[in-house]
Amino acid sequence: MNIVVCIKQVPDTTKVKINPETNTLIREGVESIINPFDHYAIEEAVRLKEAHGGTVKVMTMGPPQAETALREAVSLGADEAYLVSDRAFAGSDTWSTAYTLAAAIRNLGDTDLILCGKQAIDGDTAQVGPSLADQLDIPFVAFVRKVRTITDTELVVERVFEEGYEVVQSPLPALITVVKEINEPRLPSLKGKMKAKKCEIVMVSRSELEVEDPYLGLDGSPTRVVKIFSPDLKRAGEKLEGEPQDIAEKLVRNLRDQKLI
Amino acid sequence: MDYFLTEEQQAIQEIARQIAEEKVVPVREELDEKEQFPAEIMEICGQSDLFGLAIPEEYGGFGGGVLETSLAVEELSKACLGVSVSFAATGLGCYPILLFGSDEQKQKYLPVLASGEQLAAFGLTEADAGSDAGGIRTTATKDGDSYILNGTKQWITNGGEAGIYTIIAITDRRKGPRGASSFIVEKGTPGFSFGKKEKKMGIRASATRELVFEDCRIPAENRLGREGMGFMVAMRTLDISRPGIAAQGVGVAQGALDVAVNYARERKQFGQTIISFQAVQHMLADMAIKTEAARAVTYSVARYIDSGAKDFSKMSAISKVLGADVAMQVTTDAVQVLGGYGYMREYPVEKMMRDAKILQIYEGTNQIQRNVIGAGLIKEYAQKK
Ligand SMILES: Cc1cc2nc3c(=O)[nH]c(=O)nc-3n(C[C@H](O)[C@H](O)[C@H](O)COP(=O)(O)OP(=O)(O)OC[C@H]3O[C@@H](n4cnc5c(N)ncnc54)[C@H](O)[C@@H]3O)c2cc1C
Repeated sequence: MNIVVCIKQVPDTTKVKINPETNTLIREGVESIINPFDHYAIEEAVRLKEAHGGTVKVMTMGPPQAETALREAVSLGADEAYLVSDRAFAGSDTWSTAYTLAAAIRNLGDTDLILCGKQAIDGDTAQVGPSLADQLDIPFVAFVRKVRTITDTELVVERVFEEGYEVVQSPLPALITVVKEINEPRLPSLKGKMKAKKCEIVMVSRSELEVEDPYLGLDGSPTRVVKIFSPDLKRAGEKLEGEPQDIAEKLVRNLRDQKLI
Repeated sequence: MDYFLTEEQQAIQEIARQIAEEKVVPVREELDEKEQFPAEIMEICGQSDLFGLAIPEEYGGFGGGVLETSLAVEELSKACLGVSVSFAATGLGCYPILLFGSDEQKQKYLPVLASGEQLAAFGLTEADAGSDAGGIRTTATKDGDSYILNGTKQWITNGGEAGIYTIIAITDRRKGPRGASSFIVEKGTPGFSFGKKEKKMGIRASATRELVFEDCRIPAENRLGREGMGFMVAMRTLDISRPGIAAQGVGVAQGALDVAVNYARERKQFGQTIISFQAVQHMLADMAIKTEAARAVTYSVARYIDSGAKDFSKMSAISKVLGADVAMQVTTDAVQVLGGYGYMREYPVEKMMRDAKILQIYEGTNQIQRNVIGAGLIKEYAQKK
């Protein structure tokens, strides 16, 4: 089974501060990490490989420094690493990122399954995974909490939503994005770490991809970021407590008093 | 401080540090409180290849030595000595096989130990034979193709948890110091059972139990080395594993120093942080001096042993005494720096102090180590003139 995991290197947002004057992230000195949700995708891919055989290729689009994220993924069990990096890709939005990644994945040959984390903790859009499936014209299931079964031609997964989960069956090749309930990622092993130090990172640049310039990078991105700001803090609000019946009565009274109903 | 570690050695440190920070620190208080064996953490150490550090590659290990093991032990010890001794005791149980095992014995046992599939333990001590190991009474009587073991080992780390035990027993009492032999005994062998788990002052996550042998029959091929080599096996094993105890001392001391410095930077009294008081700074400075000195000696002795040195009993004892004494002093001072808060279980230093005490006792008390160092000096200076 040929599995591809798409990962992103992100600033460790638990340690990021916001510059109160410009409202932008202060990235200096903040450690870069693998997007936490992508760890679950890597782990699931490695588990599927261990159970069914095959290879796990890990891919990221990003600046040259993103190599460290790929090496970490190899230390966690991935077999091959691809860094899609070129000035032409800088500033890509989710659509353009998916467009470029799709071209890079096509170059890998047959792929049975693509895994992504459910979203990246910096942009929080949750779009690249589904958008990538769309570009590749394959089915996707987002928010997967469990892979029930997988064969050469089909997989059955559990997709979570607020009130429960759905069991979804999909032909392969397919793309899934995973949530953190899916597994508990392992820590790197010594053998993995040593392999990661030595492994070749395959560089993928503009010239190797069948892509068209108008769709690349900042200029090729349909999204325009007009302004970034911290939302004003909302007032604390009022919390109603007590028995359900009393709460309901209080709520209705309040709403009536404010002439809202 | 740069100790010029290789890439591999740095990777070992990173892995052990990550396990310590992410998997040990969050549960250490609970493990201590409930006296619970860290089975899950041992599994993680296995998956991360840490159990194979000193085992040759041909037996599924990493092919490192005492330094590699010490680095891993130090990192785990920063977080919890109870966890680190559970890890290190497998190394102790493993060394007799590594040092004296036949190729068949190595083939059979080292790969499962390297992977962490099985833990090991080392059984020498008995109720009436502690420092005076020559006083052991457990016997191994030859009977055809077997030996029959009878007797009770006391306070064996990993007892009951380990799958593989290396045991020292008397094969011929008349031969005195040459009358003991060492054996591999597997858990589950009929006639081999465990006593109750001991209730301890510290390292409470670790399991310490009696090993009880009642007409326990083991195949003769489980003997390590020749008959009569038992005490040699034991002494060689302990000599090579003692820098690991030193590494435990360095680790727990560093862990305590880290807590103490961070606390002193935050805690305010008399309108200023307590680290601004010179008395506190000097205490922290002394803690740092001792810890770094112990680390330097531990790494040097480990490297010396790994270089293939033959005569290292004295240096090994020096590292053990220093590491253990430093750990006791530094953890005690860390409690002092934290004051009343340090005495509370809410903060980790009281546990570190309780834990550190064992380092001066097991694997040969610090008094016995000083005897070894003294004997070494007498021998060396006698040869000099
Ligand atoms: C938690 C724990 C785990 C252990 N794990 C293991 C294990 O895995 N395997 C194993 O085989 N053993 C193990 N031991 C046993 C340990 O190695 C012994 O406790 C140790 O060797 C000391 O023996 P003892 O306790 O009988 O003390 P004793 O020998 O009775 O000593 C008591 C005191 O007298 C001093 N003393 C004794 N003789 C001399 C001397 N000649 N000169 C100066 N001072 C002397 C000692 O230093 C000590 O202060 C463990 C012990 C503990 C507490």
